[in-house]
Amino acid sequence: MEWPILTWIVFLPLLGCLVILLLDKTWHNAIRWTALIATSVDFILTIILFCKFDGSNTDMQFVVGPFPWIESLGVTFSLGVDGIAILLVILTPFLTAIAIASTWTSITEKVKGFMISMLLLQTGMLGVFVATDLFLFYIFWEVMLIPMYFMIGIWGGGRKIYAAVKFVLFTMFGSLLMLLAIIKLYVMTSPDPLLRTTDLMTILNMKITPDLQVWLFLAFALAFAIKVPLFPFHTWLPDAHVEAPTAGSVILAGVLLKMGTYGFLRFCLPLFPDATLQFVPLISILSLIGITYGALISMVQKDVKSLVAYSSVAHLGFVMLGMFALTTQGVTGSILQMINHGIATGALFFLVGVIYERRHTRLISDFGGIAHVMPLYATIFMIVTLASIGLPGTNGFVGEFLILLGTFKANPVYAVIGTAGIVLAAVYMLWMVQRVFFGKCDKEENRKMADMNCREAFIALPIVIMIFWIGIYPKTFIDKIEPSVKKVIETVKSKALAGDEAAFEVYNSSFENAREKGKSE
Amino acid sequence: MEEQIKILVKLVPLFPLIGFLLNGILNRKLPEKTVGFIGSFTIFCSFVLSAWAFILLIQLPEHARSLQSSWFDWVVSGSFSSAFSFLYDPLAAVMMLVVTGVGFLIHVYSVGYMHGDGGVGRYFSYLNLFVFAMLTLVMGDNLLLLYLGWEGVGLCSYLLIGFWFHKDSASNAGNKAFIVNRVGDFGFALGVMLLFWTFAAAGHPTISLMEIAHLSPEILAGGGIVTLITLLLFLGATGKSAQIPLYVWLPDAMEGPTPVSALIHAATMVTAGVYMICRLSALFVLAPVTMLVVAIIGAVTALYAATIGLVQNDIKRVLAYSTISQLGYMFLACGVGAFASGIFHLMTHAFFKALLFMCAGSVMHALAGELDMQKMGGLKKYMPYTFVTMFIGTLAISGVPLLSGFFSKDEILYNAFTSQYGHPLLWVIGLIAAILTAFYMFRLLFLTFYGKSRIDPEVEKHVHESPASMTVPLMILAFLAIVGGYIGLPHALGGGAWFEKFLHPVFPGGHGESAAVHHSINLEYNLMLASVIAAGIGIFVAFMFYIVNPERPKELAAKFPGVYNTLLNKYYIDEFYNAVIVQPVIAISRFFWQVTDLRGVDGFANGLAIVIGWLSSKFRVIHTGFLRNYALVFAVGVIILLGYVMFR
Repeated sequence: MEWPILTWIVFLPLLGCLVILLLDKTWHNAIRWTALIATSVDFILTIILFCKFDGSNTDMQFVVGPFPWIESLGVTFSLGVDGIAILLVILTPFLTAIAIASTWTSITEKVKGFMISMLLLQTGMLGVFVATDLFLFYIFWEVMLIPMYFMIGIWGGGRKIYAAVKFVLFTMFGSLLMLLAIIKLYVMTSPDPLLRTTDLMTILNMKITPDLQVWLFLAFALAFAIKVPLFPFHTWLPDAHVEAPTAGSVILAGVLLKMGTYGFLRFCLPLFPDATLQFVPLISILSLIGITYGALISMVQKDVKSLVAYSSVAHLGFVMLGMFALTTQGVTGSILQMINHGIATGALFFLVGVIYERRHTRLISDFGGIAHVMPLYATIFMIVTLASIGLPGTNGFVGEFLILLGTFKANPVYAVIGTAGIVLAAVYMLWMVQRVFFGKCDKEENRKMADMNCREAFIALPIVIMIFWIGIYPKTFIDKIEPSVKKVIETVKSKALAGDEAAFEVYNSSFENAREKGKSE
Repeated sequence: MEEQIKILVKLVPLFPLIGFLLNGILNRKLPEKTVGFIGSFTIFCSFVLSAWAFILLIQLPEHARSLQSSWFDWVVSGSFSSAFSFLYDPLAAVMMLVVTGVGFLIHVYSVGYMHGDGGVGRYFSYLNLFVFAMLTLVMGDNLLLLYLGWEGVGLCSYLLIGFWFHKDSASNAGNKAFIVNRVGDFGFALGVMLLFWTFAAAGHPTISLMEIAHLSPEILAGGGIVTLITLLLFLGATGKSAQIPLYVWLPDAMEGPTPVSALIHAATMVTAGVYMICRLSALFVLAPVTMLVVAIIGAVTALYAATIGLVQNDIKRVLAYSTISQLGYMFLACGVGAFASGIFHLMTHAFFKALLFMCAGSVMHALAGELDMQKMGGLKKYMPYTFVTMFIGTLAISGVPLLSGFFSKDEILYNAFTSQYGHPLLWVIGLIAAILTAFYMFRLLFLTFYGKSRIDPEVEKHVHESPASMTVPLMILAFLAIVGGYIGLPHALGGGAWFEKFLHPVFPGGHGESAAVHHSINLEYNLMLASVIAAGIGIFVAFMFYIVNPERPKELAAKFPGVYNTLLNKYYIDEFYNAVIVQPVIAISRFFWQVTDLRGVDGFANGLAIVIGWLSSKFRVIHTGFLRNYALVFAVGVIILLGYVMFR
């Protein structure tokens, strides 16, 4: 039997947890190193996975199972990865490693508990991205909630309890409805209770009436929309981000939010194609509201961290916009932008943490002119800022451009509004950079701040490399994801076509037809 | 030979990139001299290669002068594809020579100008990055790569305007430049997307410049969509090239070091919009409405900016408004279909405006950074080289015959009058702007170098001519400002219009220039005479005002305070934008945050929680924890049930 690399990737962090459990809680450095090594090895495994991954194959690869798990319920243990998940699978240990390395000096109490939460979280997130059984997916989805709750509630800032409870309640609210929908799908798989299953492949092949699709779509979409977060379900996010410790924010913004967007792409689109087409306008408009509204609110934030938090609302709006454009460029850009946002926003939270550790404040007005005393920090912050505002040559541009290009084809008006959002992104980011870094460094405490140390610079290095790699040679990544993207779009269209000719005609814009015509000529 | 050119072209942008990386990464470890050497030498290498490629190019037959060379793929998805690949043709060749040539001189000048500044390493790395981005812009063979360069030069402009970031005015100006440009880019990006999908719908999904030029007449002719595409692209051009309504960032950009103003905000980056329109001329000529808009915006900007330039006292701001005005001429040229004339003026302007800025920098250098012309005067005797070169630059921009600016400006005015897209009214506007140009430039010259010294006595003791690293580039540029026009000498003056001929294959045939053939040579002479008279009037009035009777301007200002203050305050446009756009957006954002988000959306969620909490608090009263209460409720329940069963 082939070595089950996916199982290892998912459960290696758990193995790390077990090792840490054996260590004495005062051995802080041993605990930290164990966590870091576990995550790093996991990261290396995902790189191997990426290299061996066949981009042209649109099926699930490195499949594990399906092994019967809870046989009486037909629940299986089955994992697999395709082009939609592959990049998120690499991103998760990448950012977790960065997050763990960032806590070296900032988390000094209850280190053991923190690292265990971190690794548990990692297993949960990876599980979400590779589970190919709905029930298994749900388990992983809920598993990652608990460590995050502790992370915010124990190691968080001022209003940590409020933020942690809010985070959990919002997420639970959505996921319970999703559980109901999963049960409904499960029941539908077979009239015979013994033959029912939650295996995704089986469920994908089911025919679901358009009416029912609407309800199931909504149940799934609510869980995902809260996670993304789509306007108006976003208000847990600023609180959670601001109160979470740096490492928590990095993971929260970098990976957790992507579980929502991933969920849409993995489940909502292929399972409920008719409903998807029906909800394109609604989701697109909510995304556009998120893009502009999030950007405007970011602009007037006084706290750097809440500025970055609100900017996530805007960025994730782009991801959703591209996805629901249902064009090759739109969806490809959407997946790329999930990664880009993970890198850039994760990096921004890490960078905010760097000055927070030195000054114990995040208020923009407490800074000013710190480029004088921290030139290296300023340079890296600037690079990440540029990635965040989508300057060509950085990763953010490739994602945003493809999203807007794809959206333009589906609906030019959406693209116009989305493009306006890019102008706003420059406003809030550059204004913040100006107030934090430029001007005179006239506060005594700021003048004493030390520039980034070696550890911090070493953390920033892979981030900077990825920003330019994706920005200059995105082919490495696009080649792996595009065939799967096309398959999803095909699935949505062909299934919807079978169900409803008219809806397909409406969707399938004149551009597509014309292009096919052009190709055949 | 073609292969050889391709290799040369591929190497040209690499040198500045290497310089950027070296200076950027090592800047604190290298001595100032090494930094300056790396910065300048890399640009020099690029210039040599550009010149070499150019020499090879002109040996090729005219129809073969269009070569593509490619590094690697960039963004490729679905039917969309773009690559890091270059297009080398006469237009690219001219632009590359201007960018690297003038760029090199400014780098050398910077070595002297920035001497002693702590951030020299950062400065040269930004400057090299700029040249790299600018070369990408003018060499890119597809619109997305052009856009990369377009945004790249914008970034460098932002970084260099805010170079002295300890000054709030500098970082404000940097932000303003970036954000206003982003508004333009909004149009540019949408234009590119619309263009791509329009071509894709016609079966040719492409953003390659060559294919666009080739296919536009077939795909876009007669449609309204081409008007929309070109207007969107033109919006991008008004941002980058500082035209109405997005010009407001350029005057503020003068906060940057003066060589930056010379290179980026006069000679190269701000001409990117003109270049882009010329590059896509095949597209623009299909949209007569857009052409008219371009011509009108160009002409009006030329006049409008010149009027503001009349009364400014800051030496660099006068030059900034002058740049806006001159860019207006270039757009006027494009708008009337005289693309080659636009590029011709772009080139001569690069020479004389870079020269003027660098002379101004030399003056500032001598006067400890003084910018106010009210505190200058009589510098002629202290700074002979600067004076002579600046005098030449002033003559050139004023359109005095036999200097470069005369030929290029005259060609634009001639075309504005005679071209099929032109109109005598456009010519009149251009001519009035020419009078004003001559006036404000000689005003600048007189206030700075002539008359009695108004310099602070403390400062005057140290006034000195600048070092050779600064004056030599001035002399070279002065030379170019004189002779640069002769390569485009019109037939009427016995020349061969060689420049135009060289560029001819790039632009759509049968427009503009060739239409002019029908007009008599007499008309050409008359129009030329008008230009000369215009320059003469401007110079004469400036002479009367600032040499003969220096009190006269103040009297006039006192007599017409309304006009004077409006001009001095730049028509209050900044205040207008601030009141109409900036402040409302901030107010709306605050409202969204404090009211809509915290009270509305989040308030709803929290309200839900409060309602549930309140309900629970009511219900919990029942759960007292006393066994006897529960027993009572239990008993009551039993009785009711029993009663129900018995009496139903």
